[in-house]
Amino acid sequence: MSFARRALIVFWKDALVERRTKEALNALVFFSLVLLFVFQFALGPDRERLVALLPGLLWLGFVLSGMLALGRSFLIERENDCWEALLLAPGDKSAIYAGKLAGNLALMFTVEALLLVLFTVFFNLDLTGVLPALLVVVVLGTVGLATLGTLFAAMTADLRARELLFPVLLLPLEVPVLLGTVKATEAVLSGEGLAAASHWLALLSAADAVFVVVGFLTFEFVIEG
Amino acid sequence: MVRILGWLTLLALGAGLVMAFGVAPREVTQGNVQRIMYLHVPSAIIGEYLAFGILLLASIGYLATRSEAVDRVAHASAEVGVLFLAITIVSGSIWGKPTWGTWWTWDARLTTVTILFVIGLGYLLLRGMIEDAERAARYAAVVGIVAALNVPLVHFSVYWWRTLHQPPSLLKPGPASVSLSLLVALLINIAAFAILYAYFVAKRVNLLRREAETLA
Repeated sequence: MSFARRALIVFWKDALVERRTKEALNALVFFSLVLLFVFQFALGPDRERLVALLPGLLWLGFVLSGMLALGRSFLIERENDCWEALLLAPGDKSAIYAGKLAGNLALMFTVEALLLVLFTVFFNLDLTGVLPALLVVVVLGTVGLATLGTLFAAMTADLRARELLFPVLLLPLEVPVLLGTVKATEAVLSGEGLAAASHWLALLSAADAVFVVVGFLTFEFVIEG
Repeated sequence: MVRILGWLTLLALGAGLVMAFGVAPREVTQGNVQRIMYLHVPSAIIGEYLAFGILLLASIGYLATRSEAVDRVAHASAEVGVLFLAITIVSGSIWGKPTWGTWWTWDARLTTVTILFVIGLGYLLLRGMIEDAERAARYAAVVGIVAALNVPLVHFSVYWWRTLHQPPSLLKPGPASVSLSLLVALLINIAAFAILYAYFVAKRVNLLRREAETLA
């Protein structure tokens, strides 16, 4: 079986489980909605201020919902006693990483799309003109979050203090990605376009490349034993 | 061996102190406060680059060889690095109060050092929370590699974040031209801190080995 096929099977299994149970998606949709209320209550009704803070708020929403999604991606294997079976899969173990990463990306993109819609509705925004540029930033940033997140989720899945360790490990290492995405989003939303944020996009691409390579190379060390 | 390193450290730090307080001139605008630089800059350079560099090499080395000794070097390097970064932050704060008029500002380099400090703490936290030594070493090696590769990313992102919209003219203190004796004093102190780092790491590796032997 080829690498791509093995990765696809892991992805397909996760997608199927999610389609049947809708566990993660339901919770994440609800969480996103509550998050928007929290932002609104914390900042008050002043629309000017909300719009000025929008890039930061948007990514705060993506990061918080993303961490929930990532954190449970390997937990379900532990809880359902599927971990050993997953490891029994023949061949290169990084195919599991590829499948899990694809699954997490799909889930995160879904929730992010929903969050964007909620933001435009609740904060009365018009994103039609900047949507393609915004999409580029969101994809680059989400890949940066998901690559390391998937790796650390596998690491912390059966540790006692996983809820604590996972964000403590992940967030400081994501600082370059978060700075880059927020700044690039700021440039896009203010109408300056992607060209104004080209160095940030370069940094995001570099971070994504480093994280993907490290993720694929070190994953087998994380799941052995 | 470690004992010789200890004496060497003492000698080098002594020379560094003499250079910093005796030979180097009093800085014109900042006065004696500037002498904190001889502690601040060496600990920043060693903590940021040497400690994380050794962490990277030792982490890769552990995954390749599975040698516990190599893992202890990674562990010790992270600990000493975090210590040096803490010294950097505290000494920078003490210097910043009279110079910038504030204990803390989101200056690019200050922020970089602080983020690396937090990353180092996360690494040590992970090590502390896993009881199985082999597993702790394996996970720590992976995190160590990611952490060390993150150093340039953090460096550039924070630098751009602070400087693109806000020229650093106000926050760039110090003399326009560095006098020679000042530079020599700084370089001697950097060398002294490099030796101090090596001594601390050697000591910690020793202690970690004894801990492991006692527990085994």
